[in-house]
Amino acid sequence: MTIMESRWEGNLEELRGLVSDRAMTGETMVLNMGPQHPSTHGVLRLMLELDGETIINCVPDIGYLHTGIEKNMEAKKYEQAITMTDRTDYLNPMGNNFAFCLAIEKLIDLDVPIRAQYLRVILAELTRINSHLVWLGTHALDIGAMSVFLYCFREREKLLDIFEIVSGQRMMSTYFRPGGLWRDVPDEFEPAVRDFLGYFPAKIDDYEKLLSNNPLWLDRTQGIGFISTEDAIRLGCSGPTLRGSDVNWDIRKALPYSSYDHFEFDVPLGKHGDVYDRYVIRMEEMRQSLHIVQQALDRLPGGPTRSNNRKYVPPPRAELGQSMEAVIHHFKLWTEGFRPPKGEVYVRLESPRGELGCFLASDGSPRPWRVRFRTPSFVHLSVLPHMSQGYMIADLVGIIGSIDIVLGDCDR
Amino acid sequence: MGLTSKLGNMGIVTTRLEDTVNWGRTNAMWPMLFGLACCAIEMMSTQAANYDLSRFGMELMRPSPRQSDLMIVAGRVTRKMAPVLRQLYDQMPEPKWVISMGDCASCGGVFNNYAIVQGVDEIVPVDVYVAGCPPRPEQLIHGIVTLHERIKQERIVDWA
Repeated sequence: MTIMESRWEGNLEELRGLVSDRAMTGETMVLNMGPQHPSTHGVLRLMLELDGETIINCVPDIGYLHTGIEKNMEAKKYEQAITMTDRTDYLNPMGNNFAFCLAIEKLIDLDVPIRAQYLRVILAELTRINSHLVWLGTHALDIGAMSVFLYCFREREKLLDIFEIVSGQRMMSTYFRPGGLWRDVPDEFEPAVRDFLGYFPAKIDDYEKLLSNNPLWLDRTQGIGFISTEDAIRLGCSGPTLRGSDVNWDIRKALPYSSYDHFEFDVPLGKHGDVYDRYVIRMEEMRQSLHIVQQALDRLPGGPTRSNNRKYVPPPRAELGQSMEAVIHHFKLWTEGFRPPKGEVYVRLESPRGELGCFLASDGSPRPWRVRFRTPSFVHLSVLPHMSQGYMIADLVGIIGSIDIVLGDCDR
Repeated sequence: MGLTSKLGNMGIVTTRLEDTVNWGRTNAMWPMLFGLACCAIEMMSTQAANYDLSRFGMELMRPSPRQSDLMIVAGRVTRKMAPVLRQLYDQMPEPKWVISMGDCASCGGVFNNYAIVQGVDEIVPVDVYVAGCPPRPEQLIHGIVTLHERIKQERIVDWA
């Protein structure tokens, strides 16, 4: 392949409209940040306009991780396409599976057994803790607290072990399937989760001891990256970023899916809409997730973990030796795939970052006609200029960390 | 280090220059802090407490290419990112090595489409490929140890 010249040979005139007029006269400085930068959480590039150390404007340049996942999914059968969803938001793989499976289930009106719903809730909440641990580790690392990173990743290994128990893979599990789960959880699953439930709460306290009253942490986070309630709603924030500005909107509560309404949990809210409040909310969310997992595990019903609808769900292996019909279904589903009815659906769920939506359009063929993800990182990145204007350049990494963007989620 | 002989108890060892230099290079390799996608998270796991890359003298990740001698391409390389990656590689001082971590960096992985470079070896020379989507930290460590073995084979005539 030919390599394009990466050096920018344009002039300031090309940036007119993106930067203020003061930049044209050289009064303010235009500075590039990224795409290779340790604190941009991936390959984000920002064009900063600075007056001294104060940020006048920041223009995100995305697409450095555009993978064409949505387009690739159109070329795959529905079951195959699930593997692609793992790789969009790679800190929340089970959540992406979840959104896509919910969309397929809504499209074909497929039932999901209650045991599968509960297991999905358990795994989605563990994934949320997993994602928040990576967020906390990297966010603290950006602001200068080195040791938190090591502790967070130590705990994260325990979660990855649980994912490996159920699916055989640490990160890209593809464990959720239309109509339920790939298979029932093995016997080691419940003791491993209970072990984690007993182990983890004290660790959250440890993190808070390191950070919450640390004067350096408070100086770097309080009153930084402020966004008002009105602006947060107007600009389409969701998840902890929205709740940090005192808006009580959690899709698990507001529009419950997959029996989230069976569980008791609180939605933590912030008052000030700054980086510190978003930090407090995510810490509390980890506790609430543990609480949900505890309830779901205690009340975990027995029964099947996948729907019995043979038109969409392949028969279990044991049936193949006894039933001709099972053989036919097996053959049809694994060669041709299933054909959902024509139609369009949109589902949304609460990902660790905010509202994750999945739009699915079907033309009746075994492959999706169009898949689109509404991802929280993309929306939050568009709010970043609003949040960072007027703050110091050193605060920017804290603000980027507080909206918890994942570039894979943003660019797809 | 290929120890050739030891002179009594005078505390002197003799060895070849090549072996000493290669020993130094393998035990203090500074990787560039450069993550692209999912594999970067596993690279961070490898760096963290459980797998502890400092056992291999690699705890110091440099965010600047000018201070690093190992590039771990962790994740999918898009066509938009490819020139940046090449520029970073060019900015690294010799001697330098590249590990292609994961299926996407090695061959495009599951993304055979318009956006992804089908293997990072199209733009930079790769020394070690690590398979997996994403590879486990043990696999990455195996790749690093393989690279060490390779470096130990290098001879002075190759350096020029």
